[in-house]
Amino acid sequence: MDWYASGSIIATGALVAASAGMVGCFLVLRRLALLGDAISHAVLPGIALAFLLTGSRSTLVMVLGAGALGIITTFLVQTLQRAGVQEDAGIGVSFTALFAVGVVLVSLFAGKVDLDLDCVLYGEIAYTPWDTLVIGGINLGPESLWTMGSIFLLNFSVIGLLYKELKICAFDPAMAAAVGINVAVIHYVLMGLVSVTTVGAFESVGAILVVAMMIVPAATAYLLTERLGVMLLLAVLQGVVSAAAGYFLARQLDSSIAAAMTTVSGAFFALAFLFAPRTGLVARALALRGLRTGQQMMQ
Amino acid sequence: MDLSWLSIADANTRWVLGGACLLGLSSGVLGSFALLRRRSLVGDALAHAALPGVCLAYLLTGTKNLGLFLVGAAIAGLLATMAMSAITRYSKIKEDAALGIVLTVFFGLGIMLLTVIQKLPGGNQSGLDKFLFGQAASLVGSDVRLMAAIAAGLCLAVLLLFKEFKLLAFDPGFGAGLGLPMGLLDLVLNLLILLAVVIGLQSVGVVLMAAMLITPAVAARYWTDRLGVMTALAGVFGAAAGALGTLLSQLGPRMPTGPLIVLAATLVFLVSLLCAPRRGLLARLIRFVRLKRQVAREGALRAVYELAEAVGDPRALVTPDELRRRRGVTGVGALGALARGGALEATGGGWRLTAQGLAEAHRLVREQRLWEVFLMHEGELGGQSVDRDGARVPPAVRTQLEQLLTLHGLEPRLYKEGA
Repeated sequence: MDWYASGSIIATGALVAASAGMVGCFLVLRRLALLGDAISHAVLPGIALAFLLTGSRSTLVMVLGAGALGIITTFLVQTLQRAGVQEDAGIGVSFTALFAVGVVLVSLFAGKVDLDLDCVLYGEIAYTPWDTLVIGGINLGPESLWTMGSIFLLNFSVIGLLYKELKICAFDPAMAAAVGINVAVIHYVLMGLVSVTTVGAFESVGAILVVAMMIVPAATAYLLTERLGVMLLLAVLQGVVSAAAGYFLARQLDSSIAAAMTTVSGAFFALAFLFAPRTGLVARALALRGLRTGQQMMQ
Repeated sequence: MDLSWLSIADANTRWVLGGACLLGLSSGVLGSFALLRRRSLVGDALAHAALPGVCLAYLLTGTKNLGLFLVGAAIAGLLATMAMSAITRYSKIKEDAALGIVLTVFFGLGIMLLTVIQKLPGGNQSGLDKFLFGQAASLVGSDVRLMAAIAAGLCLAVLLLFKEFKLLAFDPGFGAGLGLPMGLLDLVLNLLILLAVVIGLQSVGVVLMAAMLITPAVAARYWTDRLGVMTALAGVFGAAAGALGTLLSQLGPRMPTGPLIVLAATLVFLVSLLCAPRRGLLARLIRFVRLKRQVAREGALRAVYELAEAVGDPRALVTPDELRRRRGVTGVGALGALARGGALEATGGGWRLTAQGLAEAHRLVREQRLWEVFLMHEGELGGQSVDRDGARVPPAVRTQLEQLLTLHGLEPRLYKEGA
């Protein structure tokens, strides 16, 4: 086994999962999971256009293109809502249209854009070890590791700095507004983090699976605890473990690494759903049985 | 210019076009109900969930058979529906996250299986990757015949259960009160939606299939308020989008059909959004401008009347200067329109009420003052349901208000009814 390759792939996957998991907790708590889904699809035309216009693959260009599309999506959903389209349908219409534009752009200019449809769907995490960052002739290791590392630090510090505000907004926006927190700004900060994480993770895990890395670990953690701090920690942990386990599963099956990571993550969720202490299906059934026997003993 | 791609005479193109129309038709029809049930995005989850079903069907049988794929996709979709309802029912996770979880995990599993299949000997030729973004060109005659049968069945089922589905969409509680099995009907509707998704997979692909359920239905909603018309219209829009997208995809060899069909549907939606009568943006804009003009005209007419009233002469000449000093009269556009309508006559350096204008202005001013009196005495008159935007006095207290108007000395003095 090649330790360098495996290590850098797992590390990238773990960083993606950790960055996405942290943001995902707030998406799940604020019931914005579907908006996250929509944004992650809709950034595709932004990325494709940025490639086409500048011919550059640099992260900054991608972030700009994708960020613009993220804002356009949020705006479109709101505009459609104001024009009388119900919210779920508005999300559906706008993200499918934008994603379709993106796919058409990628297929039309497949020769000119170093980006293919497979990459859009499930990323190219397998190539990370060889896509290295070289500055001044010094090889600094895989580039995506640096990108995802910066995004992880960004998410970590923003969430750390705005922890109290994000927490109040997540649980009680009305109270947040009452104590003088600018709820709209916090909302846009959160959406900004979602967009940045999506773009960063896009190359390694693709458009659709990055949503999985946002929602699934967060939902698993949500089942296991009632404390936000613990939830964040558990989500990151679940993401990292899924990334590592997914890598080995993919090696066994010779399949897409990012997809295997998602599958493992889903398995963890199923386990939590069934066996979580107190809230899991089994614990509930046992508690119900305990109640019944208790009643019978009383009679 | 090479127009040979337009030739529908070619048998293969005919099949492909027919298939695309059928899928648009059935998903448009069922999408209407999904939209009204606020379940638009469930179709997205079902479509993504179909991928592992298709892959497993291939892995288990080793053959590429549309019928088998459909069975696999249907089973996977059913499992996904059950998983979604189990998650929302037995845990504190809300609907949006449950949908996201099921969608992404099933899709992840599907991609994993798909990449495994592609590495198998012969797997690369399985054409399974066409299920991601759709390739209408890969449809053959037997596929289309199967699709036609399913689509016909779906439309027939909707026709037969139309009344029941209508109740389900608008007032399930009332339906249950009538003794209809609403839970069962909901399940049937979900199954029909699932089938509609499944027959679209090969042409549109799993990633964008949701748009075929949502977009034509939302577009149709703009044109009508009647469910029957909306359902039929959504079917027509879907079929048209299917045909247009397929024709466009024949232009380039590497173009996946799905995104083009979705873009065609989006085009229909945009046209509806702009041009639909009553609900469309243009119609709204026109209504808004008309209302604004009417308000301006009425304001101007009232202003001329009240200035004449101050002098005590209905034929008094009102100068633009006097008008400008009053609030609420903007520009001469409204005055010009009034003159053209015969309510005012323009004389050198001013405006004067005509006999017709006097009657009209008297009515307007009186209504306005009644409204003001009503606002003054609203507290005493008790809770009335009032049209505040139209500033109309409630009819129940009208006589009372007319007495109050005289009491306040606000009765318009120029021109009495019948005088």
